[in-house]
Amino acid sequence: MINDELYKRHHVVQAIAILVVVIFVARLFALQIIDKSFRDKSDNISLVKQTIYPPRGLIYDRNGELLVYNQPIFEVMLVVRDMNKGEAPFDTLAFCRAMRIEREQFDRRMGEIRDKSKNPGYSQYRPQVFMTQLNSVDIAPLQQEIYKLPGVSIRKRTLRDYTYAAAAQVLGNIGEVSQKDIDNDSYYQSGDFSGRDGLERTYEKVLRGEKGMEVLMRDNRGCIQGHYENGALDRDPIAGDNITITLDIQLQLLAEELLQGKIGSAVAIEPSTGEILALASNPTWNPSLLIGRQRSANYRELLNDKTKPLMNCATQAQYSPGSTFKTVQSLVCLQEGGITPNTMYPCSGPGSSPIKCTHHHGSPVTLLGAIEQSCNPYYWQAFRDMLEKNGYGKDNENFRARYQLWVDDMRSFNLGRKFEDSDISEQSRGSVPTTDLYDKLYGKTGWRAMTIRSNSIGQGEVLVTPLQLCNMVATIANEGYYITPHLCKEDSFLEHKHMTAVEERYFPVVKAGMGRVMTNGTGRHYALPDGITSGGKTGTVQNSRGRDHAIFIGFAPLDDPKIAVAVVVENAGFGATWAAPIATLMMEQYLTGKITRTDLRYRIGTTVLNANVKSRK
Amino acid sequence: MASRQNSVFRYVDWTTIGLLLILLLFGWMNVLGASWSFDQTNWFDFTYRSGKQLVWIGTALLIGFVILMTDWKLLQASAWILYGVMLLILLATPVLAHDIKGSLSWITLGPVSIQPAEFSKYTTAMALAAYMGRYGYKVRSWRDLLVPFVLMGAPMAIIMVLQKETGSALVYASFVLMFYRKGMTGNILLAGVAAVFLFVLALKAGATAAIITVLAITLLVIAYLFYIRWKDSRRFRWSHIWITLLLSAISCGFCAGCDWAFNHVLQDHQQRRIAVVLGIMDDPQGAGYNVNQSKIAIGSGAFLGKGFLKGTQTKMNFVPEQATDFIFCTVGEEWGFVGSTAVLIVYLILILRLITIAERQRDEFSMIYGYCVVGIFIFHLTINVGMVLGLMPVIGIPLPFLSYGGSSLWGFSILLFTLLRLDAARVEQLR
Repeated sequence: MINDELYKRHHVVQAIAILVVVIFVARLFALQIIDKSFRDKSDNISLVKQTIYPPRGLIYDRNGELLVYNQPIFEVMLVVRDMNKGEAPFDTLAFCRAMRIEREQFDRRMGEIRDKSKNPGYSQYRPQVFMTQLNSVDIAPLQQEIYKLPGVSIRKRTLRDYTYAAAAQVLGNIGEVSQKDIDNDSYYQSGDFSGRDGLERTYEKVLRGEKGMEVLMRDNRGCIQGHYENGALDRDPIAGDNITITLDIQLQLLAEELLQGKIGSAVAIEPSTGEILALASNPTWNPSLLIGRQRSANYRELLNDKTKPLMNCATQAQYSPGSTFKTVQSLVCLQEGGITPNTMYPCSGPGSSPIKCTHHHGSPVTLLGAIEQSCNPYYWQAFRDMLEKNGYGKDNENFRARYQLWVDDMRSFNLGRKFEDSDISEQSRGSVPTTDLYDKLYGKTGWRAMTIRSNSIGQGEVLVTPLQLCNMVATIANEGYYITPHLCKEDSFLEHKHMTAVEERYFPVVKAGMGRVMTNGTGRHYALPDGITSGGKTGTVQNSRGRDHAIFIGFAPLDDPKIAVAVVVENAGFGATWAAPIATLMMEQYLTGKITRTDLRYRIGTTVLNANVKSRK
Repeated sequence: MASRQNSVFRYVDWTTIGLLLILLLFGWMNVLGASWSFDQTNWFDFTYRSGKQLVWIGTALLIGFVILMTDWKLLQASAWILYGVMLLILLATPVLAHDIKGSLSWITLGPVSIQPAEFSKYTTAMALAAYMGRYGYKVRSWRDLLVPFVLMGAPMAIIMVLQKETGSALVYASFVLMFYRKGMTGNILLAGVAAVFLFVLALKAGATAAIITVLAITLLVIAYLFYIRWKDSRRFRWSHIWITLLLSAISCGFCAGCDWAFNHVLQDHQQRRIAVVLGIMDDPQGAGYNVNQSKIAIGSGAFLGKGFLKGTQTKMNFVPEQATDFIFCTVGEEWGFVGSTAVLIVYLILILRLITIAERQRDEFSMIYGYCVVGIFIFHLTINVGMVLGLMPVIGIPLPFLSYGGSSLWGFSILLFTLLRLDAARVEQLR
């Protein structure tokens, strides 16, 4: 050791070294422990979370026929920042060549991507969709070139495809989620698809499955280097569940065929289960039109079509029920003691007042005859007697109470309200006018049975949807109850059983009357072949939009109903002429599996009643 | 021969060798982490940096062994010759050099590239030790330091001017620490600290604000001096007042000069690097890119780090020079606060040990050389880690024993093992 006077200076050198290390440790503490922002930054920069889309659940009909399945499509994604990060500039020409687009198209699309007003989720760090819905042939050239193109990636997804060009409104379609969807359900991210309407929307959570995720590592040039932590954080997608629906696709196809060239709808229900066998609405379209690249153009066309194809007439259009209403009217009047099956009322044919009869038949008539002949005066008198049973009373009290009873009874057939426990997403309520409504219109004492007489024959303020009509006739077939009509073949729906306010004992006579319609009355020309019995009721509904609407409701066989049908054809004229054949052909198809009345099928299916209705099959 | 060999291994400082081995092993793991790519399956594949680094470590230890086997008198005697030869090599390097990233400091010898500047630190330290270790040499005045300053300044100037390697040249400034220990006035160190302070202040707050600060401090000091006069006039000297005013004037001039020098003397990229560190300029894509990425990498390591080979930032090449100058990023990212602090503490122990070794030498040569080594290590640690942590401007110098690279590893090994050889000889001499 060298003893010198400067020996103490080695402490200064030691202190410098210690000071430096202490400063560094403090700095490390600040960077690594206190400041947490760096952790997130690091994940954003070098880890890429890539969504893997699960295949959507398939849809089968009640007989196990595949209706809706998936086809693979490809999306081209760009990370704008990574494109310009490579050592050489981004090879736009090679990219355009691979995509088979022009340079101008590329520039225009890049402009759209960068334009925050058109693409609010734009970020130069995150993948942006450059082009979507490409099939495997379209994408092949790009797949070969992609290694040269930094920032470009291909994402695989699936698109819907359809076995039959049918049931477009029922099945619904899939579209990109809106900002609102994203806000409501954190599952969705911008660019995801979800069911927009129909079953695709109702059963979205069942069908969509669960998205998977890959956590990939990206190097400084934006090239993917593999899975982070050997895929430990990756999640496989879970495929959506398949669903089986209640439709019989053959029956649906027939219904749509018969409705061609007309505006209208046809609904068929299995009364014992409430399962909807067919739910046809025309005009309609081939569901394949709303997939792929042409989706938006086609959707716009459908939206602008004056015949409103996007509306599901079967569940959303509301009509006066016309004479078909006489079936429930009979039941309610029986129940509430307005009439008995033997009550007779006189009819003066077209000379009757205040409502004239449109048919010529003997007078007086009993209930059976009234149904068979669709006698208007009978129903006016029965309705009046039912309402006036206790007189009008002080301040119209007694009359209004009776009317309320009538309303409640009608509502027990689920008229004037939606099927809340059903899986049909788009429904209208229809209308059974309330006491309040008339009180408001005429004052509490200002209305009498006479005031609302049109309701007696289904022409007044009562409005129904074809679905409600069909459910109504299914309820009659069941003699007093209905199972909520539904589309998904799931046993839990069978518990949705609703009793009507009308006792079971009143139903046979009405059913018998409906049977006589098909043998002696307005439906006699369309009795089912092979001696299959049926019950039915025609309706010819006056309306403000031109010719009468043709309506028919019915069920078959008469003694053990297997199918209930309601058909509405707008502006077609007599219910017997246009609606009854469609309904009975559907019954025949469903009950026998074939159509023997081929001439009738051809004639109805090819007749164009509305020239504006476009065929989009 | 047998006895000498025996004695070297008996008296060599095993503590230092242990610390060295810890650093080498940990360094190699981090080079592996920094250069690990996902298609690499074999850690020892020599086409990758981790494999090559293993070769460098092996040869470095071999060089160390050879030095330990060499007669210490031969080492001392070769000081001047090596210094002279190295100056010639440094002069020749720009001519022979392959242009690597704008610097002319590498020469290629067969399969390897060598950076002579890494070795001239050793020869300069030896030459300084030889000159200042002469019998009877003592730092009594400025004149005594003239020759040492020339010895130090010659390679510095060559490297800075001819090779354009500012970072490597600045390392020679670390010998100031040894000068201080050997008698240079401590005011130089203080002046250095003050200069850095004023420089930062002048650039950050502007020359005017810096000058006002200087004047305010001057006033306070003069007030204090007059307070002393009032209290005890015997301790008062007018000369103190004059010196204070002189220093104040120099400082003001320095502040004004800083601005000018920054804008006119420094090169563009140097200006930007300094501006980024001082927070004057925010340039995450340009000059600030390295440091910004480096801070993200370190910060993302958090307390325990992401684990060996699990760092994403460094591995994905976000941090440039990640295996060489920015190796400490990988430490921070993969080993977290715990690992980084541990490495710093190992360095601190090593440096304190080297100070102890330098202090216990019996001859001036060994002690002076020892302090040169201490200075070099402190300087490299301060500048390198400071740069990685965003506390210093980006100056590209390696972290001893951790950074990837043969030249630096060999250079530091030669420095260290020579000191260990001289230290072991101390006991031999005693016997």
